[in-house]
Amino acid sequence: MTVLEGARERWVRTGGVELCVAELGDPDRPTVVLVHGYPDSKEVWSEVATRLADRFHVVLYDVRGHGRSTAPQPLRGGFTLEKLTDDFLAVVDAVSPDRPVHLVGHDWGSVQSWEFVTVSRTEGRIASFTSMSGPSLDHFGHWIHARVKRPTPRRVGQLLGQGAKSWYVYLLHTPVLPELAWRGPLGKSWPRILHRVERVPGRGYPTSSLPSDAAHGTWLYRDNVRPRLRKPRADAYAHAPVQLITPLEDAFLSEKLYDQLEQWAPQLTRRTLPAKHWIPRTRPDQLTAWIAEFVTAVEGGTPEAGATGKHADRFGGQLVLVTGAGSGIGRATAFAFAESGARVVAVDRDAEAAARTAELSLLVGAPEAWAETVDVSDEQAMGKLAERVAAEYGVVDVLVNNAGIGLSGSFMDTTPEDWRKVLDVNLWGVVHGCRLFGKQMAERGQGGHIVNIASAAAYLPSRSLPAYSTSKAAVLMLSECLRAELAGQGIGVTAVCPGFVNTNITSTARFAGVDADEEKRRQKKSARLYGLRNYPPEKVADAVLRAVVKNQAVVPVTPEARGARLMSRFTPRALRAVARLEPPL
Amino acid sequence: MVGVDGLGRGTGGGCRVTTAAAGERAVELRKFRTVQRLAYECAEAVAARLQPGVTEREAARMQREWLRERGVRDWFHLPFAWFGDRTAFVNFRVPLQFFPTNRRLEPGMPFILDMAPVFEGCTADIGYSGSLGPNPVQERLMADLEAHRELILREVRERRPLREIYEDVDRLMVRQGYANRHRAYPFGVIAHKVDRVKERRWSPYVFGFGTQSLKGLASDALHGHREGWSPLWSRYRFSDHPPHPGLWAVEPHLGFRGTGAKFEEILVVTDSKDPEQGAFWLDDDVPHVRRWAEGK
Repeated sequence: MTVLEGARERWVRTGGVELCVAELGDPDRPTVVLVHGYPDSKEVWSEVATRLADRFHVVLYDVRGHGRSTAPQPLRGGFTLEKLTDDFLAVVDAVSPDRPVHLVGHDWGSVQSWEFVTVSRTEGRIASFTSMSGPSLDHFGHWIHARVKRPTPRRVGQLLGQGAKSWYVYLLHTPVLPELAWRGPLGKSWPRILHRVERVPGRGYPTSSLPSDAAHGTWLYRDNVRPRLRKPRADAYAHAPVQLITPLEDAFLSEKLYDQLEQWAPQLTRRTLPAKHWIPRTRPDQLTAWIAEFVTAVEGGTPEAGATGKHADRFGGQLVLVTGAGSGIGRATAFAFAESGARVVAVDRDAEAAARTAELSLLVGAPEAWAETVDVSDEQAMGKLAERVAAEYGVVDVLVNNAGIGLSGSFMDTTPEDWRKVLDVNLWGVVHGCRLFGKQMAERGQGGHIVNIASAAAYLPSRSLPAYSTSKAAVLMLSECLRAELAGQGIGVTAVCPGFVNTNITSTARFAGVDADEEKRRQKKSARLYGLRNYPPEKVADAVLRAVVKNQAVVPVTPEARGARLMSRFTPRALRAVARLEPPL
Repeated sequence: MVGVDGLGRGTGGGCRVTTAAAGERAVELRKFRTVQRLAYECAEAVAARLQPGVTEREAARMQREWLRERGVRDWFHLPFAWFGDRTAFVNFRVPLQFFPTNRRLEPGMPFILDMAPVFEGCTADIGYSGSLGPNPVQERLMADLEAHRELILREVRERRPLREIYEDVDRLMVRQGYANRHRAYPFGVIAHKVDRVKERRWSPYVFGFGTQSLKGLASDALHGHREGWSPLWSRYRFSDHPPHPGLWAVEPHLGFRGTGAKFEEILVVTDSKDPEQGAFWLDDDVPHVRRWAEGK
């Protein structure tokens, strides 16, 4: 019956209903109360609850009228937020009479939790609140009023946007029909719809109580939405620290709803993730990590997140692996992720440089950072690295295949050995990375992102870089193909084409067809030219983070890379003419 | 012992140190050392008085007043103060941005005080990095500057072209994971020559630089142009020459994600054949060196 293995059950009687409460984990640990939404029962939390259970005392209950809890009689007027608050207090008094609890709500669970955390009678009973996909109806009411009162074009747009996303709320207000639908065809096809549209995996969810959950739950809307939106409370201030987790692809809620949330919740930590509405089912690992981190921080007395970087809401606590992290773009990328609070694995064949990157990453905000010494072109070593990372640090959330080497010289001067070397690192290194870590991401089934550092040379023909350009063009196309393949699994793939960036790739590049002295001279000259251009790798790192956040496919970075990209599409002949010129070395 | 060529140029020959006057050179250097110590004392005194809410302008004024009270009348450049990410010259486009602003100091913020007083005709140019309360990133940067101080001295003693030393410093910075921020200075200099200046009753400034000192620099530039060297030590071709004898204010400046750190002090270069005597730091008893010694 239940998908919550090992749960202890108890019944709490309150206000004429009996609530089914399940507990996991050691009751001496901090208590985390998970509240489910609509149309759900507490089993929506099964994946998250079991992951949290080894560190916390986890409590779940079926909201009245849902799951195995009984429904109030009559239904009308039995689901007001006041009554739901009574239920919550009864549950926490039973499971954690002495200590305040950490509240977590999804969807309607979050809507009612906002009520719990903003009314005065629960003060001292709630230590923290993690909200996902469920705004406070009072805040929502104020949000609408502000936009109706001062309808600038942008605000009208926001209003219409959310108005369209709320179509189901209007339907649920029609009498009888929703109940008939849920108990009839909709209830039957709902699991299939969830799977197809929302990509929610099955695994015992939704439970068999779905038709009655959904039918009873309509009264959540009918009892609360109209009165609260018409007359929102003016004092709906949160009296506990709040963590807001916003899925960016939510079909029902616009992220604009939370624009001014700081005024209602002064101690606010924001998190975002690229996922649809049912994140407790689709992203349990990430939610578990964020809930655990937040609860631990609040228990320790520091509710604010440590990282201050640009995308800390997105990358906080995520595991990021960067190859070629010992210098240049790789190192700058590792630092940028570290600043956003990500856990960083710095991979480089130069052990000392990788260690240095890991060490400095810790200084700028990474909660954890490790150095790994691997040559990306070595298939076996990469395989071992993938195993070690999965076993010791977890599944990688963002993979940056950055390691690459330079090779200049005409085609006729380039020996097969040169070709092998450049393809081994620039192409095979990326292939190994994508294959090994991409597989882990896909198997976990909770999304992720792969960034491959290609080059402007990928679409910019030139007589002096045939081998390098070929390897990078292959990386670009590999990224595009992989993007198509992995899109269905929520894994994004990006190819970044930096252009001329001031890194040490010039001073380590091989120049084919010239003797050692001449090679040294050209390395020096090109390093000086790149130094004069002085495009910093930090800007490429910013572009990498932005590309992951926006899930962009191909990202040319420097102005010349962008210009060349435009030319390759619209004036390819001009580009071919430029390709014939000798570089000034 | 061989004399320091160029030391005291423009002062009427009275301070010119020659082979015969090694003792005179020592006296001369002692004077410069006194000014440099005075400047570092000022930096430490002002740094100790910095509190949350103090602005860069106020910090610059504190330095100016402290030194005025002790007899400083002229400047190579007026005191600078940089707080927060301005220590790493984030988004600096025009030289005017170096001047102190109304940026306020906050707990944990890094700061840099940079001043170049002229006292009794001798110039000092120093840079002092610190933070209001602990700042692990800046502490790390300061610790890593030690290698640069050693590298610069070693390579100057080897008489390597200044341009190549500049590039080696650059490479070390990159290996350490930092950005070169001295390239933001005018002409991207890592060092510049300082000298004696004439004491005048009236010495105006142009864009914060004392006209007497600028005159000295310009005359050096002119001589250098004829003889194939430059009083500015930079990444460009004009620095492609071995170290020129004289006093060089050396200021490597590291930047790392919005935090900067530098030191600045005088390196004495002579034309002595003995490497030890060919180049040495004017004073090894400076705050950053003491800090490194304490850390060991």
